[in-house]
Amino acid sequence: MNFIEARKLVHEYIRRDEEGNVESILTALDQVDLDVKQGEFVAVLGHNGSGKSTLAKHLNVLLAASGGTLWVDGKNAEDEDNIWAIRQNAGMVFQNPDNQIIASVVEEDVAFGPENIGVPTAQIWKRVERSLKSVGMIQYREHSPNKLSGGQKQRIAIAGVMAMEPKCIVLDEPTAMLDPNGRREVLDAVEQLNKEKGITIILITHYMEEVVRADRVYVMDNGKVVMQGDPRSIFSQVDTLKSYRLDVPQITLLAYELRKAGLNIPEGILTRQELVEALCQLY
Amino acid sequence: MLRDITIGQYYPADSVIHRLDPRTKLMAALIYILSLFIFRGWAGFAAVTLGLILMIALSRVPFGYMVRGLKAIVVILVITILFNLFLTPGESLVEIWKVKITWEGLKSAGFMAVRLTYLILGSSLLTLTTTPNQLTDGMEKAFKPFNKLHIPVHEISMMMSIALRFIPILIEETDKIMKAQLARGAEFESGSLIKKAKSMVPLLVPLFVSAFRRANDLAMAMEARCYHGGEGRTKMKPLKYKRSDGAAYLLSAGYFAGVIALRILL
Amino acid sequence: MSIILDKVNYVYSEKIAYEIHALKNINLKIGDGEFIGIIGHTGSGKSTLIQHLNGLMRATSGGIYYNGQDIYEDDYELKNLRGKVGLVFQYPEHQLFETTIFADVAFGPKNQGFSKKEAELKAFTALRSVGLPEDYWYRSPFELSGGQKRRVAIAGVLAMEPEVLILDEPTAGLDPRGRDEILNQVAKLHEERHMTIILVSHSMEDVAEYVERLIVMNQGSIMLDGTPGEVFAHYLELEAVGLAAPQVTYLMHDLRKHGIQVPGIATTLDEAKEAILLTFEK
Repeated sequence: MNFIEARKLVHEYIRRDEEGNVESILTALDQVDLDVKQGEFVAVLGHNGSGKSTLAKHLNVLLAASGGTLWVDGKNAEDEDNIWAIRQNAGMVFQNPDNQIIASVVEEDVAFGPENIGVPTAQIWKRVERSLKSVGMIQYREHSPNKLSGGQKQRIAIAGVMAMEPKCIVLDEPTAMLDPNGRREVLDAVEQLNKEKGITIILITHYMEEVVRADRVYVMDNGKVVMQGDPRSIFSQVDTLKSYRLDVPQITLLAYELRKAGLNIPEGILTRQELVEALCQLY
Repeated sequence: MLRDITIGQYYPADSVIHRLDPRTKLMAALIYILSLFIFRGWAGFAAVTLGLILMIALSRVPFGYMVRGLKAIVVILVITILFNLFLTPGESLVEIWKVKITWEGLKSAGFMAVRLTYLILGSSLLTLTTTPNQLTDGMEKAFKPFNKLHIPVHEISMMMSIALRFIPILIEETDKIMKAQLARGAEFESGSLIKKAKSMVPLLVPLFVSAFRRANDLAMAMEARCYHGGEGRTKMKPLKYKRSDGAAYLLSAGYFAGVIALRILL
Repeated sequence: MSIILDKVNYVYSEKIAYEIHALKNINLKIGDGEFIGIIGHTGSGKSTLIQHLNGLMRATSGGIYYNGQDIYEDDYELKNLRGKVGLVFQYPEHQLFETTIFADVAFGPKNQGFSKKEAELKAFTALRSVGLPEDYWYRSPFELSGGQKRRVAIAGVLAMEPEVLILDEPTAGLDPRGRDEILNQVAKLHEERHMTIILVSHSMEDVAEYVERLIVMNQGSIMLDGTPGEVFAHYLELEAVGLAAPQVTYLMHDLRKHGIQVPGIATTLDEAKEAILLTFEK
């Protein structure tokens, strides 16, 4: 069984008027199938309102499905007894760095998760140290989070999840409020956790540049999964991506345009080096 | 102004007092405050003064830094002194027109000023030597017996520590919103009281909306990290009494007994 | 319209412990109808700089002149200046407060002392110019999507009919469509009304696409000032301070390194495409 298996997952936001009659139904997730293997780096792309954040919240059982099934780490998310085990195994990092840091001292914040699941004190210290090291923030352990940059705060949030020793981390637009440096810091940390510790990563984003590093990409639109595949096969479909209100990295777009103009360049160019090589061969 | 208030601020230093368990400090502060209302006469005055000097010296908080905190209560202090000075009946010392100052008034004004000043100094010593987190931890543990009375001690202390974390963020946010509305020609300073109150709406509405959004986000983030109340929770930094805490308790008890004895005997 | 900054310094001290020199000797002239981009990483002083332009922050030393008038003169009305130099902060949607979108947009002109009718007329024009459909206007601003809220917030500043529009990270947190809509709207204001626009951004690609002049801030100073082409030619210096040129600029350098002689410095996709096609057609 895959680490995450969603079958025909449906989530409806139902709005009712004062008398309790249904006023409108918004289908945020519409029959979503999702499969993520242990140790994979999966990116979920979509514009704002495409349902990708709703999906993320399901993976952590912060929302309950209106239909369909979801299994995380071999446990049925519908069963209330599994909630805590799933939350511990599939940790979550949110968009706003300020609104997920609970304590006024970095190390105490990282300890928050382990404290909640009843880890003994001596173990907490070890976990905190290990997690802070894994995101390169150990030198800030006694600092106040208020003085840190956005990228640093997000790395603290990641450390806070790591301290619960999860198998998987779900990141819900972790870079949307960061500057380019902060964005790079966070992505590097995430990639490292995936490569070195084998943590399964699910990165929810609308920045196409960020999914280049992923093993597999899901594209969502209107609550449905509309595309999936490796980054190269996704990026070769420039027109389709545009129709889903996404945009393609500048280099990929340039390669696409050059190809359209008649140059013989392969499809799905992802990086600058690839384009340089392709052009060198033509020259 | 605002930054002059040292009450509630932490002064980082490594001292005997800083290292004490927050529960010990809470108790000692309580005892000291009580003693301020019990002492009488010059001997009692000497005892409470000595006690305060000893504590300040041990805490290594600069005296000047502590005194700055008194600025915030100057007005209250002056009012109290004036009331005591003019409104205490007794043998008159000086009489100007209808106002008379009595010897008793002078004495009670003096002692009242001492009580208030020492009260502020003593309690700010508690917050100056204890981080907010330690303080909430200490309160949670010290007040644990109240749990039996269905007072949600854990929840209250969690709320306090979250509030402490978000106060600086909300202050910064207020500043941002204020600037944004100023950029739209809003005015916050001028006009009548009603006009001023009305001008706060463009500031307060976004601030509340944002605070609610943050609270919502935070609740979700806490749940995602398996928070489910105080039950079964462990601590990274559990409170543990050390030998110095025992000594501090003994010393406080001795001091308290001394102040009471002085009052009865003299 | 012109704004001149003459040796502007801004120093503040955080809890007396140490001083921070947020702006160092800034000399700058902003002319009528310019479309300027300001880039720099967090803490470079770019936010401090733009808050000086409408008098929200006061320089520690130096002078600022709007249309030749010293804004620090005692009888200068800073409130009027704020109407002329419109400043839209980052995440402006967080500042919405009125019960309806229309009333929120009319807040600015009302503060300027216009009558209810005049203010509403200005709100009307402003909402039109940001392209928000009319059936939204009397709804609560809190019901809108992120991109729509941001457009309302920009309209709130436009309603004051400023001569200069400054936008601090107007696309932060928006998805690609939302970003394009906002930037195209801003470009239209520049083209149709010849409004002076100052765009503060992290995104080199966005900036290169739209602006005519680029100012790079670093550690409180102006590091580079010129056309995007001129500025991005210094891509190595930019990298040294944690900034980067657009990807296509690097590509052009890489190609030359590999012996493919592409002409010029491309800063936008179209420029790069043209240059490459020109080279390969030969």
